[in-house]
Amino acid sequence: MKSTSYDAIVVGSGISGGWAAKELAEKGLRVLLLERGRNVEHIKDYVNATKAPWEYLHRGGRTIAMEEAYQVLKRDLLNEKNLAFWVNEKESPYTEVKRFDWYRGYQVGGRSLIWGRQSYRWSDFDFGANAKEGVAVDWPIRYEELAPWYDHVEKHAGISGARDGLPQLPDGQFQAAMPLNCGEELIAGRLKKSFDGRRHIIIGRTANATQALEGRAPCQYRNACWLGCPFGAYFSTQSSTLPAAAKTGRLTLKPWSIVTEVLLDKNRKRATGVRVLDAVSEQWTDYTAKVVFLCASTLNSTWLLLRSATDVWPGGLGSSSGELGHNLMDHHFRCGAEGNIAGLDDKYYYGRRPTGIYIPRYRNLFGDKREYLRGFGYQGAASREGWSRAVKELGIGAAFKDAAAEPGPWKFGATAFGEMLPNHANSVGIDATKQDKWGLPVLKIDCATGENERLMRKDMIADMAEMLEQTGAKSVESFDNGSFPGMAIHEMGTARMGRDPKTSVLNAHNQVWDAPNVFVTDGACMTSSACQNPSLTYMAITARAADFAVNELNRRNL
Amino acid sequence: MNSSSEAEPVLLVNRREAIRRLSAVLGGLAFAGESGVLAALEKSGLLSTGGYGEFTAADIAFLDEIAETILPATKTPGAKAAKTGAFMAVMVTDSYAPAEQRIFRDGMRTVDEAMRQANHHSYMAATPPQRLALLTTLDQEQKRVMDSRLAEDRERFAAGVAREPAHYFRMMKELALLGYFTSEVGCTQAMRYIETPGRFDPCIAYTPGEPAWAAHA
Repeated sequence: MKSTSYDAIVVGSGISGGWAAKELAEKGLRVLLLERGRNVEHIKDYVNATKAPWEYLHRGGRTIAMEEAYQVLKRDLLNEKNLAFWVNEKESPYTEVKRFDWYRGYQVGGRSLIWGRQSYRWSDFDFGANAKEGVAVDWPIRYEELAPWYDHVEKHAGISGARDGLPQLPDGQFQAAMPLNCGEELIAGRLKKSFDGRRHIIIGRTANATQALEGRAPCQYRNACWLGCPFGAYFSTQSSTLPAAAKTGRLTLKPWSIVTEVLLDKNRKRATGVRVLDAVSEQWTDYTAKVVFLCASTLNSTWLLLRSATDVWPGGLGSSSGELGHNLMDHHFRCGAEGNIAGLDDKYYYGRRPTGIYIPRYRNLFGDKREYLRGFGYQGAASREGWSRAVKELGIGAAFKDAAAEPGPWKFGATAFGEMLPNHANSVGIDATKQDKWGLPVLKIDCATGENERLMRKDMIADMAEMLEQTGAKSVESFDNGSFPGMAIHEMGTARMGRDPKTSVLNAHNQVWDAPNVFVTDGACMTSSACQNPSLTYMAITARAADFAVNELNRRNL
Repeated sequence: MNSSSEAEPVLLVNRREAIRRLSAVLGGLAFAGESGVLAALEKSGLLSTGGYGEFTAADIAFLDEIAETILPATKTPGAKAAKTGAFMAVMVTDSYAPAEQRIFRDGMRTVDEAMRQANHHSYMAATPPQRLALLTTLDQEQKRVMDSRLAEDRERFAAGVAREPAHYFRMMKELALLGYFTSEVGCTQAMRYIETPGRFDPCIAYTPGEPAWAAHA
């Protein structure tokens, strides 16, 4: 076996891994960034970014052959346009003890290329909730500790949004907000006068730049982000953190590198590096480093821990607490309401804004008390309906066609994103009976929502319908399209942070209690799930942990 | 669908292969002899293999005329100019499950038969008003059937269970709309297509008659 030495190894090149690589390299470390999938070069490899709808044989839709090859992706997101950014499911299967939709992106940039880009700070209503309610364990950090790191990552990532002054959704270092359209403006104005002014429609804060950043143009309002942006206008590893890391001259990026275990010095209880299987040549290589950052995505970072140091701890690195692999969370969503907005038939918009509206959480806050814990936010938009409305309408012929080519009625719709409580029973483990293409045992996932989510969901559906009724929307209809864990692609937990090595896997600085030069800073570290989209918090936690790691190295503590 | 027996299959396999596939789908029991089946089909004047299989040029011409009746040339080009029939054939072949393909193909025969019953000639030989009259009736039928299933469909969707296949004319209408409004003609002539808008105006004046913006991604 060859051996190669670096100061730091980062496993995974998605949102968290890109940030770890950037921060560690900028602070002087020689960084090896390992990615299990192929390389995707910024702009050059966004092969469908400027393709017109009619250039796809199936116009972006799915085929039987695609459905056969993508048994998980077909449950929601399968499409012809950005298929290359989703994992090959035949090569990398997993086991569902209960249905869990695991949507993965195995390539340089990971899911940062295809993420939804909604970027919200969490507040102490979130970080303090477990302790206050006696649920799971307390977060070992509070908002105050993370706030400067939110500042830091927002400035570089380019988050556009308005300063709304809401304590449950702290303001940040925002670029100019994208405006609400006239339908949203109308409903937002009316909502302000209802519900004692406690519910707010704000513009969705999004990682789409509205002002140029280094190497990046502002948003051109194509709303084709999921194909990769030829302008680099949305935050991805490729547009933002990778070029910054590369600029230091201290970054080595290795695609096709499957990390199979963290190597441990048993006596010192320190990681010495990682073992890598080359996905193409199937050659093994050990790499050494002073610190290892696991940013392989929530479930893959935990898969790696479960497989590491099993000669010391049979359950894997970090398992001494009994919590490794446990407390898996996601958000539950796909329910809400929609209605028609009257009186704006002489209004339209120009351009395709890549964000919608957000209604921040209002339940179980400021004196409100429900029969369940925590709360939910809504994401939605107002828009004029397109031609597809005609599928359900009666009619054929000339008048039908010309009407379908015109914008339809204004609609306002929103879907709720609800918090999911941590629960020890929701867990992942190694399935020794099933192997992936490379002969590695796969993950098995056993996760379900519970009673708290069921009760919350009633409000998630009824509240939106009520808000639309109150703001004068017509033909209001609530919906529940069903939600299974994993579908929100906000998987969190399984290696939680905490204050006590007996009940948590990681400490307040994301160090594995049992091997303090191993840091886990992706979604695996989360102690609760809040109801806001989590990626911005991964960025801030990663930057904070990287700063801590470099300081500790300089103090010779690691 | 007239009786031009020179019609060539447009996709990769020939008609014989298509029948072999149909036979496979039906468990290999359906046909005693391929030549007899071909003869029967040709005698019936339906070049479509029926049920499941590939589409012939005559099938595509037929689908073009279905789509053109749903979305005719007006101040903007119609579905035929957008080659909607060929798109429908591709989608049914590649994206429809075998059971849905059978419904769609049987639906093509049903349309043709209905025209023959009403007007004593094939759909292809019918005048545009005859086609419009027939498809208007079928549109009412599909709407009634599909609306009656709405609640059940919603429950199945929420439970992650596949819905019942749609009424054949809903399939035709949906594919015609999809094919036309995502075509170059539909995007750039019936609607307005701007690849890179460059800015966002949240509220602009709109006058009825102005086309919608076409989507990009």
